[in-house]
Amino acid sequence: MGKFNKSGGRTMPELNTSSMPDMIFAILFFFMVTVTMRSEELQVKFKLPSASEVQKLEKKSLVTYINIGIPVDPRLGTGTQMQLNDKLAGIDDIQDYIAQEKASLNEADQQFMTVSIKADENTRMKYISDVKQALRKAYALKINYSARKAEN
Amino acid sequence: MAKTKKKVPGLNSSSMADISFLLLIFFLVTSSMDTDTGLARRLPAPPQDEQNLQEMEVQRRNLMVVLVNSQNQTMVRDQLGDEWYANITEMVGRGGKVGLKDKVKEFVTNPNNNPNLPELIEQDFGEPIGRVMTTADHVISLQNDATTSYKAYIAVQNELVKAYNELREEAALKYFNKHYADLLPDQQEKINKLYPQRISEAEPKNYGGGN
Repeated sequence: MGKFNKSGGRTMPELNTSSMPDMIFAILFFFMVTVTMRSEELQVKFKLPSASEVQKLEKKSLVTYINIGIPVDPRLGTGTQMQLNDKLAGIDDIQDYIAQEKASLNEADQQFMTVSIKADENTRMKYISDVKQALRKAYALKINYSARKAEN
Repeated sequence: MAKTKKKVPGLNSSSMADISFLLLIFFLVTSSMDTDTGLARRLPAPPQDEQNLQEMEVQRRNLMVVLVNSQNQTMVRDQLGDEWYANITEMVGRGGKVGLKDKVKEFVTNPNNNPNLPELIEQDFGEPIGRVMTTADHVISLQNDATTSYKAYIAVQNELVKAYNELREEAALKYFNKHYADLLPDQQEKINKLYPQRISEAEPKNYGGGN
């Protein structure tokens, strides 16, 4: 019975993987083009409010972020906290932070500096107002209320 | 001329996939996909003298006050009277009332030259708009309570911006026959001059109901 010989080493046909690198490269380039580098580790969590009339923020290098929300670390409580540059900070630190960020830009760009306020939607306005007053004192007058795009 | 073809040894590219995978994973990890979007605003310069806060003189008819209180209710007050919105749904005009957006549009344009709405002033806006009557001095003052939620505040801001955007879109279609988004930057500039966003964000006051 030649048809049922056990020793006949039937080998799996090789999968042709020569186009694999091309595919991966295509995905890679897609990601390289569409994304921006993550700049900092978030220490507060926030759910941005939604708005329908949002504009895209141009020129990422000119944008300074202020994150406001509830700390990720539960040991820090559930009160509203603000994160500036990788660490939690108070309202009083804003002026120094803005001055520092402004100094890192070149002189021609300093007037275009934008501060993006990323705040949780349940933040009390008292906090936001305090931040706004501090920004005014620091002469960072261009601000942007960060919001998700949604139809409402 | 020897026609012997020398065979080039094939480059072993089996590790290419691994290398590109590594790169791919690196980019996946270090990147964030979301583009930042938001509502742009300009804050007023800080007062020069803290003790001597001078009140801006605004004619009563040119002023519209939008108040958001601690229960996220909105009140709109102008010379025509008060409007009270109990929640955000009513404020956007889905609760059977005239929405905030339409009130703002009426306030900014003053189509019937109503003496209780902002004063119309004739100004030259250059070609092709020409001399038009606009309410150049109107001010929308947005005020909030200390415990107003940020969400409600942004919702109100959004309605205000939407009113202006719709007016600009209408003007773009009227004067340039194009959508506002398709206009050239200097044309957009002209439309923006026609309908400047005059929203003032006042310091919060405590109207009660929060601390």
